[in-house]
Amino acid sequence: MIIKSKPSVLSSEITSESAYLNRRQFLKRTGQYALMAAAGSVLAGCTDADEKVIQTDASAIPAPGSPDWKQLLIDQRKPGPFATDEAQTPWADVTNYCNFYEFGTAKTDPAKNAGSLITDPWSVTISGEVEKPGTYNLEDILKPHALEDRIYRLRCVEAWSMVVPWVGFSLGDLLKRFNPTSRAKYVEFTTLHDPEQMPGQRSRLGSLPWPYKEGLRIDEAMHPLTVLAVGLYGKVLPNQNGAPIRLVVPWKYGFKSIKSIVGIRLLEEQPRTTWNQMAPHEYGFYANVNPDVSHPRWSQASERRLPSSLWNPERIDTRMFNGYAEEVAPLYKGMNLKMYF
Amino acid sequence: MNPKQAQSVLKVLLFNICLLPLAWLGYKISINALGADPGKEVVHFLGEWAFYLLLASLAITPLRRITGINKLIRYRRMVGLFALFYAALHFVGYLFFLLGWQFADLIDDVVKRPYITVGFAAFFILVVLGATSTQRMMRLLGKNWQKLHRLVYLAALLSLVHLIWLTKSDYTSAAYYGGVFALLMLARVKK
Repeated sequence: MIIKSKPSVLSSEITSESAYLNRRQFLKRTGQYALMAAAGSVLAGCTDADEKVIQTDASAIPAPGSPDWKQLLIDQRKPGPFATDEAQTPWADVTNYCNFYEFGTAKTDPAKNAGSLITDPWSVTISGEVEKPGTYNLEDILKPHALEDRIYRLRCVEAWSMVVPWVGFSLGDLLKRFNPTSRAKYVEFTTLHDPEQMPGQRSRLGSLPWPYKEGLRIDEAMHPLTVLAVGLYGKVLPNQNGAPIRLVVPWKYGFKSIKSIVGIRLLEEQPRTTWNQMAPHEYGFYANVNPDVSHPRWSQASERRLPSSLWNPERIDTRMFNGYAEEVAPLYKGMNLKMYF
Repeated sequence: MNPKQAQSVLKVLLFNICLLPLAWLGYKISINALGADPGKEVVHFLGEWAFYLLLASLAITPLRRITGINKLIRYRRMVGLFALFYAALHFVGYLFFLLGWQFADLIDDVVKRPYITVGFAAFFILVVLGATSTQRMMRLLGKNWQKLHRLVYLAALLSLVHLIWLTKSDYTSAAYYGGVFALLMLARVKK
C-alpha cells in the first residue's frame, strides 16, 4: 500500500499576521457599523460590506473592445463601504485641475494633453513575489471584481484638497488573486513610460526620473480603504485622472496614488519611489497626511479645499491621516511618524 | 508735437501697457476662468509679471547702449516702479488668497521657508528702491543713490532663487529666466 504523505502547507496559504489583524479589524469595524446602523444613528454612506471578492455574473460582462465596455461595468457598481457627506468637488474641477507630470506640470496641462493617450487595449504586468505572475489584459484584471463607489477626500502634498467620488475596487482583492508569497512585504507600482504619448516625459529639464513609480507596504496595500479606481462620478476615468486604472490611497498625499498603472510588483524590500528618490527630505516613502510634519517649503497644518473662491478661500485644518485615522492609525502603531514621514 | 509732448504721450502709453497684465487678470477673475484654485493662479501670475518687469527694467541700459537711443533712460523708473507694483500685489495676494490674513503663518513662512525668505527680501529691496526713486531722493542721496540702486541686481537674483526654490521638478522656465538674467548681467560686464 502506498502511503501518500500529506503535502505540507504552502507558505502562501499562511495568512500573514498583519493580514490577519487587518481582517480582524475590518470585521470588528464592520460589526460596529452594523450595530450603529441598527441603533439608528446616521451613518454617512457607510454600508455593510463583505471582504471577499464578489463574483459578478460572467454573462453580464460586456465584451472587451466594445466601445463602452468599461462604462457598462461601471454602471453595475454598488455603493461602497466608505464615503463622506462632505461637498464633492465638481467634475469640471476634478478633471481640469490635475497633477500628472507626464502630461505637463501646469494643473491644466493634463486635461489639454492627455486626450490622445491610448487606454484600450491596456495591460498590467503583475510580477515579483506572487505565484501567478503574468501580463493581464485590463478586462481580465477587472472581471472578477464588483465595482464600488468610493467617495474619498484627496489631500495633495501641495496643501490643497478635494472630495472625489471614485469608482473602483479593493486592491487587496486583486492582489490575493495572484497569491502573494510570504516574502511579499511591499508593492511597487509603475506608470506607463511612453514619451511619444506623454509630452512631460520629453522635457529635458525635468528632474523626475521616468517611469513614475510608487509603493506601499503590503498591509497598506491590503487595507480595505486602498482601491484601484477605473471611474469617476459614475463615468469612465478620464485620461488626465489616470485612465484606465489608477491607485487611490486616501490617507496619503496624492502623489502616492499613482496613475495609468502598467506594472504591479510585489517585493521583499521597500521599493524606490519617484518623488522620494528625487527629494527624500521633502517626500517620504510613507507620505501619510500629517498636519504636524511640515513640508520643508510649506506648512501642512491646513489646506485649501477646492474649488476655492478667490475672495473667500476655504482654508480648513488638515486632519491626521486625512481624517482616516480610525481606519489606518493601527497600521503605524509604535512608529515614529516624524521620522517615517 | 514737440519732443516734450511726445515724451509724455509715450509715458502715458507705457503706463497703460504696464497695466495690461493686471487688466487681463481682472478679466479672467470676472469671468471666473482661473480654475479650481484661483488664489494660487492670481498669486503666481502677479509674481511672474513682477519678475518680467524687473528684467525689463534691467534691459533698458543695455538696450540704450546697443541702439544709441539715450532717451530710453527716461522710461526706466516707470518700468521699475511697475515691477514694485506687481511685486506688492503678489505679496498682498499671497497674504490674502493663500494665507487668509493669518499673520502668525506669515512670520512662520518668512522665517522657516527659504523660498519665501528670499522672495520677501527681494520685495523689501524693491520697496526701498521705490521709496528712493524720486528726483528729490536722487538729489538728497547724491553719489550714494547709484550705489543703493545697484541693489536691483540683488533683487533680481533673489527673485530668480525664489523661483528656482519653489520649482517642484521641471526647471525649464527657471532656466529661461536665468538665461535672460545672465545675459543682462553679462551686458553690463562687457562694456
